[in-house]
Amino acid sequence: MKCNRLVDAGRRQFLRGGVLGVAGVAAASVLPAAPAKAEIALARVAYPSNRVGNLKDLKVDEPVDIAYPDDNSPGILLKLGKPVEGGVGPDGDVVAYSVLCPHKGFPLSYHAADKTLNCPGHYSRFDTENGGQQVWGHATQNLTQFELRVDDAGDIFAEGADELIYGRLSNVLQA
Amino acid sequence: MAYKRRIDRLPIIPADAKEHNVTCHYCIVGCGYKAYTWPLNKQGGTDPGQNKFGVDLSQQQQALTPNWYAPSMYNVVKQDGRDVHLVIKPDADCVVNGGLGSIRGARIAENRRSDITGSQQQRLTEPMVWRYGTWQPTSWDDALDLVARVTARVIDKDNENDLLVSMFDHGGSAGGYENTWGTGKLYFGAMKVKNCRIHNRPAYNSEVHSTRDMGVGELNYAYEDYGLTDTLFLIGANPIETQTNLFLNHMLPGIQNGARVVVVDPRRTVTINACEEAAGKDKVLHLQIASGSDLALFNALFTEIVAQGWVDSDFIKASTFQGDIAVPEDSAHPAALGSFEAAVAACHLSLDDAAAICGVAAADIAKAAAWIAEPKGGARRKCVTAYEKGIIWGNDNYRTIGALVNIGLATGNIGREGGGVCRLGGHQEGYMRPSDAHVGRPAPYLDQLIIAGQGKVHHIWANDHYKTTLNAAEFKRTYARRTNMVKEAMDARAGATREEMVDAIVSAINAGGLFSVDVDIIHTQIGQAAHVILPAVESGEMNLTSMNGERRMRLVEKYMDGPGASKPDCMIAAAIAQNLERVLREEGRNDYADQFKGFDWASEEDAFMDGYHANTGQIVTYDRLRAMGNNGVQEPVTGFEDGKLVGTKRLYADGKFDRHGRDDKLALFCLGTWRGLQAPGKEQQRANHRFLINNGRANMNWQNWFLDQKNDFVMDRFPVPFIQIHPDDMASLGLKPGDMVEVYNDVGATQALAYPEPTARANETFMIFGAPSGTQGNVVNAGVNELILPNYKQTWANIRKISDATPAAQRVSYKSWEVEL
Repeated sequence: MKCNRLVDAGRRQFLRGGVLGVAGVAAASVLPAAPAKAEIALARVAYPSNRVGNLKDLKVDEPVDIAYPDDNSPGILLKLGKPVEGGVGPDGDVVAYSVLCPHKGFPLSYHAADKTLNCPGHYSRFDTENGGQQVWGHATQNLTQFELRVDDAGDIFAEGADELIYGRLSNVLQA
Repeated sequence: MAYKRRIDRLPIIPADAKEHNVTCHYCIVGCGYKAYTWPLNKQGGTDPGQNKFGVDLSQQQQALTPNWYAPSMYNVVKQDGRDVHLVIKPDADCVVNGGLGSIRGARIAENRRSDITGSQQQRLTEPMVWRYGTWQPTSWDDALDLVARVTARVIDKDNENDLLVSMFDHGGSAGGYENTWGTGKLYFGAMKVKNCRIHNRPAYNSEVHSTRDMGVGELNYAYEDYGLTDTLFLIGANPIETQTNLFLNHMLPGIQNGARVVVVDPRRTVTINACEEAAGKDKVLHLQIASGSDLALFNALFTEIVAQGWVDSDFIKASTFQGDIAVPEDSAHPAALGSFEAAVAACHLSLDDAAAICGVAAADIAKAAAWIAEPKGGARRKCVTAYEKGIIWGNDNYRTIGALVNIGLATGNIGREGGGVCRLGGHQEGYMRPSDAHVGRPAPYLDQLIIAGQGKVHHIWANDHYKTTLNAAEFKRTYARRTNMVKEAMDARAGATREEMVDAIVSAINAGGLFSVDVDIIHTQIGQAAHVILPAVESGEMNLTSMNGERRMRLVEKYMDGPGASKPDCMIAAAIAQNLERVLREEGRNDYADQFKGFDWASEEDAFMDGYHANTGQIVTYDRLRAMGNNGVQEPVTGFEDGKLVGTKRLYADGKFDRHGRDDKLALFCLGTWRGLQAPGKEQQRANHRFLINNGRANMNWQNWFLDQKNDFVMDRFPVPFIQIHPDDMASLGLKPGDMVEVYNDVGATQALAYPEPTARANETFMIFGAPSGTQGNVVNAGVNELILPNYKQTWANIRKISDATPAAQRVSYKSWEVEL
């Protein structure tokens, strides 16, 4: 339990981090030209493929702080110890989630006893073994899970998200 | 895998988007929201000048930001016939919720009907009439002509008892002052209908008769009292789930400021868990009493408080009745009402006797009494007392609520800062009708009249008895049989003229059939039995006024069109009145027809002016309310000064109690002694079945799931209603998490999904109430109190497995709801 506090501390750094370089792919910005020319936009955001860790560094129930798709979107990389739907790695048990509560954006903490992420703000909780389903709480969406890929060297890449991340109206921030 | 919307960005609200005041139309708390609309081919941008928030949206926004909205807060709807973007998000400037959104309210936008996004396609769009063996769409004129002609055949000036009416009396949702006035003026003004009921109970009565008879209106405080109090005393209530932002935005800050909490509930709820997390376990006292023993507990608390001398003698002398008995016990009063001294004698119960009845330690009852009433530093200990369905729909309603109000009166904790004895509420309120005195007390038990074969025409206004009544299994069997008699008669005369068809229907109802007219927003379960279905609009599709649990009145501005030809209930009621007037004149019944005059409203605003405005001092208008925004005004409204409506923060601040109508304005105490399980059949049911089937609401499911049943996020979590059972009890029944069980007893059966709950007591379960795919009311017996208040909570049954978990149930998480930080 108490080790979660450390994870929290790391996470708060992200929240205080302010505006550092925003990683990821920014959508092409087209200067207005006369006569009016339509702006080009893709139907969905283009997610970056970012390395977020390596399998050899993961231990069961010890979440590692990550950020995806940019430094201002904190998350965790987590080895669950049993295969789950959406899990990657040889054991099918590695998952990654946003840790901004989709209710009001408070940082979630990991509760290893039942593998849930819990919110200190309003007591919502999410199941890391079940796609981030809200077990109980106030959010109107389940927790954003990051899509992962593992290469031959065991490097883990985050390559997408399945719900809108709290605090941004585009998962990839666009100017 | 959990349901995901797969939305990676949302349209940005442009700086010039239209802004509308919205009060959430789900629970009583009435959180403030704003609806923003703008044309479909326009959008805002991330630059501060390009969006409604005036901030740089290319940056991550911080916790609690007002500058973000979830996909559930977005939709595309029709406004004045054109498609527009719609965002409905919590209002940070509303004093009720301070920008918080609940799991219900933050889905208002997603639960709007949209032809573009496909949401809520279940909403009714046109009137429908039973023809050719099914429901056929038709015009309002055609449908209402049939309703009027059949209804006119069974009512007369001197006898309207064959017209049965089920009509909502609430605010919010599709209720509100406009719509309760519309139906009220029709059934209690033009007519004097006696055989009627309310949306959630089988008679037309108050849920809190005793507190009103004692002079104390049930919504007497202000929400800010939770932040001013020393103790929160919560009974049969689970506010973090069912009055969410009242808990998070008012109770929680009070608890974090040091207030103590006493909770009375046979079940350990997530509210108790949250209070412990916020205050520490030493500040929270859970009296986990035996189901239905509340009255014994309250009488013992009252006895202890009096014995310790923790009463407010000055208040009792100045503000309560002096003497002995003011109102004797009779058929309309399940307990006598009178003086403090008379109550002390009648309610006497020792700590030890109560401990034996309630199954809690005498020392804990004494501790609760001290937390509630022991003066602090020589002054009154402030205590807010809040109760809800746990006792409203529990054993011996009248005496139990009366006993609770006794404690508030004895300690002088009503009408004062940090005090109040209030119900928490379900829907918002919005009641404005002519007198219901002709209904009588006790009121007719409508569902039992229907079961007994009485009545000929049934008008239903947003009531779904099939999901939200007691003795539901028998009710449904009878209702289906009687309405089918009429359907068969109509089918047999397919192709007949209107006159011939009306004759055929009247023949069927004279033979025991029932003609059913259902006004609702969706095709409900009871609507499956109806012969005419009339489509209504909801909050946001019309202008609508209501008040919340601290009597805060707001105007929800119309921000979108209703589906198809749907109309406000008040306008439907007016149209029924006008059609009845027309038909009665055609039949030469002019005296009776004259009673149906006065419904020539052009809009819901006219209904508001005719009802609320005209009957409350002619102060409140739409313009004035609109100007008061989402903070509105607390009723009663006393004036209009400096461009603002002037309201009343808390009732009875002058120590004068008038809810009972007594000229002396003195409150009465309730003389209700403990008498065991009061309602018929309850003791026997308890003796013959293993499990308590306690029941109530959950956070994410509003009312009977009427919109949620088509909401993917909600249905993914609980595809069928859950029943929480201790893991040891599950093992003894051979159950795994998610298995489908049948709950069965002497009156019926229903189904639920088994959810392990380690904090449940042995043989005590909790099932969600009102679900469409497993009606808990099927196993609630017909037993009511003397005033026909239903007793849903005290239900016992057996449980058996009927199926392994379905694929939908296998996807569900079965972990504990309790947070541990």
